[in-house]
Amino acid sequence: MDKTVRNKVNIEIPEYIEGYGKVKPYAGAFETEPTGNKFAPKIKAFKNGEEKILKTLREGIEKSGLKDGMTISFHHHLRNGDYVLNLVMKEIEKLKIKDLTIIASSLTKAHEPLLENIKNGTVTSLHTSGLRGKIAEEISRNGIMEKPVIFRSHGGRARAIESGEVKIDVAFIGAPICDTMGNMNGKEGVSAFGAIGYAMADVKYANYVIALTDNIVPFPLNDISISMDYIDSIVEVESIGDPTKIATGATRITKNPNDLLIAKKASEVLIATKKVKNGFSFQAGSGGASLAVCKYLREYMEENDIKGSFASGGITAYLVELLEANLFESLLDTQTFDGEAANSLVRNKNHIEMSASMYANPHNKGCVAHQLDLMILSCTEIDVNFNINSLTASTGVIMGAIGGAPDTAAGADITVVVAPSMRSRLPIILDKVTNVITPGDTIDVLVTERGICVNPLRGDIKKLLEEANIEIKDIRELKEEITKITKVPKSNEYEDKIIGVIEYRDGTVMDTIKQIKM
Amino acid sequence: MKEKELCRTMLFCPATNPKLYLDAPTFEPDSIIFDLEDAVKYDEKDSARELLAEALKFLEFGKVEIYARINPLYTEFGEIDVRRLVPAGLRKMRLPMCESKEQVIELSKLLEEVEKENGIEVGSCKIQASLETPLGVKNAYEIAKASERIISISFGAEDYTRLLGVDRTKDGSELFFARTQIANVASIAGINAIDTVWADFNDVEGFKKEAKFGKQLGFAGKSCIHPSQIEVVHKVFTPTDEEIEKSIIILDAVKKAGIEKGGVIKVNGKMVDIPVIEKARRIVTLAKGAGKI
Repeated sequence: MDKTVRNKVNIEIPEYIEGYGKVKPYAGAFETEPTGNKFAPKIKAFKNGEEKILKTLREGIEKSGLKDGMTISFHHHLRNGDYVLNLVMKEIEKLKIKDLTIIASSLTKAHEPLLENIKNGTVTSLHTSGLRGKIAEEISRNGIMEKPVIFRSHGGRARAIESGEVKIDVAFIGAPICDTMGNMNGKEGVSAFGAIGYAMADVKYANYVIALTDNIVPFPLNDISISMDYIDSIVEVESIGDPTKIATGATRITKNPNDLLIAKKASEVLIATKKVKNGFSFQAGSGGASLAVCKYLREYMEENDIKGSFASGGITAYLVELLEANLFESLLDTQTFDGEAANSLVRNKNHIEMSASMYANPHNKGCVAHQLDLMILSCTEIDVNFNINSLTASTGVIMGAIGGAPDTAAGADITVVVAPSMRSRLPIILDKVTNVITPGDTIDVLVTERGICVNPLRGDIKKLLEEANIEIKDIRELKEEITKITKVPKSNEYEDKIIGVIEYRDGTVMDTIKQIKM
Repeated sequence: MKEKELCRTMLFCPATNPKLYLDAPTFEPDSIIFDLEDAVKYDEKDSARELLAEALKFLEFGKVEIYARINPLYTEFGEIDVRRLVPAGLRKMRLPMCESKEQVIELSKLLEEVEKENGIEVGSCKIQASLETPLGVKNAYEIAKASERIISISFGAEDYTRLLGVDRTKDGSELFFARTQIANVASIAGINAIDTVWADFNDVEGFKKEAKFGKQLGFAGKSCIHPSQIEVVHKVFTPTDEEIEKSIIILDAVKKAGIEKGGVIKVNGKMVDIPVIEKARRIVTLAKGAGKI
């Protein structure tokens, strides 16, 4: 067997992984000091009279010089409604270019045609935040890719691009509005999706940038999120996507009584920490119990006349409501989840767009995630050391995303995980999670409907909760209580082949995902 | 006098749904009532009963009191419900559609037989009689006094209005007689009266209004059909901090003056005598039960 090393979360990983390279083991949330310079793309010139708008996507790809073995990038703001990746891959397929690496900010079910590109060798390497559906199944169960998929957080991706750890040859940007020189934003037009934060690193560091748009307007666009100096070519397409499919169902406050119960308990925890006061900052994931926490916080803020500083992350209509109700000074947005929030970005100057790097990159001169007071995360599994998994199912199949979880958990003063104590008869608390995504030393509190657990590293929070008469359970005791009902699930068996590498935000390796034994 | 249990909320759960057995206690109702009667289809009566029996043996419900709404004894399922569930651990049951003392006595006798057969202390099993018909409401007193096992009487407005031939309205004026009658009888019998369900769980304001009025009439709690109703009822039926504080001051002053059994004193300028003392005692008991002191 190859040489292995144990990282800070006690996971054994090889020192070298085929298709990935030499491994830097995770050593702690802020242990890696960046060195060297940022990467720089080629210098180019553009003269008066030249034309950026091309007739076809094919022409754009040819002009970019894309060849076998190169790296292309995509952003996933349109999520389940994205057409861009599939349009581009179809053309690349026709051009018979092979052995490509895709660096996507994330991949969704909309991208399932990519499976064919993988099977026929057009795509041989994937870097993403998340993976679901058939592609994830095929990779997890049948190991259809030779090289492991590299999973990064939103901040980790921006860092890897800026540092030059990944070099993008051609970036493809979906623009709902774009002028004839390439100035664009994500918030206007029929395909408007809001903030275009994930794509901002791509355009700055890629050697060639192609904008795909269904809405070309005369130069100059008056509201510019990505400017012309980064754009090589513009291609008009019929549609870049369907914004109604961005996040179906994830943006409304749940009516599920279990989620509401968890959210209520979580809000009581937040209030007990005494952090919910004038000027506090806050982030919560969309959907389920996580977003519902906002509902209860809102009640408390209104009753006590509290106004927060900012709320950040994925922005939903509900957060816009809080902004407009004067409960927060501003929203910081890297991914907008619905039309209402996209409109807000256009009309409200306190709804501020940010890049993924400004949001969460640990190796820049200051990121928003590190300014957070309170963070609410959800997870699929948590272990007795508070390590959490949000990427793989208990079956070992990849079915989720890293998102901004490791970034915000590391940055926020208090990170609260909300989760039901069991899902489909499986316990949420385990001795060991299927994969570690966010390390336990950055997670402070777990809230389930059956009890609240505080990380022993946070005696200060425990004391505050006790003062507020909130009952605290030891996480091992709560695990026993739950597994008394569910029993202990049978553990999975895996092949030796590594099909995924989970990088922490600083570029160290947190865990590996192995192919499931069939 | 029987000691009244804290029963602000009784959360209805169909006994057929395994997930509810796990979820319902987490909402912390004072009691859960697993329904074997109306919520269960004819061909699922046996499986629902088996599920409940296994749950009673296997699960822990903590501080939450467990009731079953058994089928009436005049149906083919009522007796089997009792014979199967009492040995499995059921100690409290709601007898639906109760109209006479004879029905209570019949159930009481059956319980005695089952208790003896299974080595369970005679009298351990308790009954909540559900009054859901004009006749049941008329006979409320004889029902409440029919057995030592009766710990409460509850009101069911749906069948009651159906038999009365009236629509159930949101202002509930058609229920006024029955509700006052039931609360009054419970008071005489020294037991709890539990108010009827409110079906439109999206109408929180209407529900709150009905719960408040029920409390004003003398009910000790309310049956609930959705977890979201629990907090609303608990707020209505739990004394406020101000009421608790005032009651504690009164009881302290009464103790100091030694007038627990009679006499009059002034507390904060107001006259305190036996009725005021009793009220203060009730508030403190409720507050203790609700974990507020």
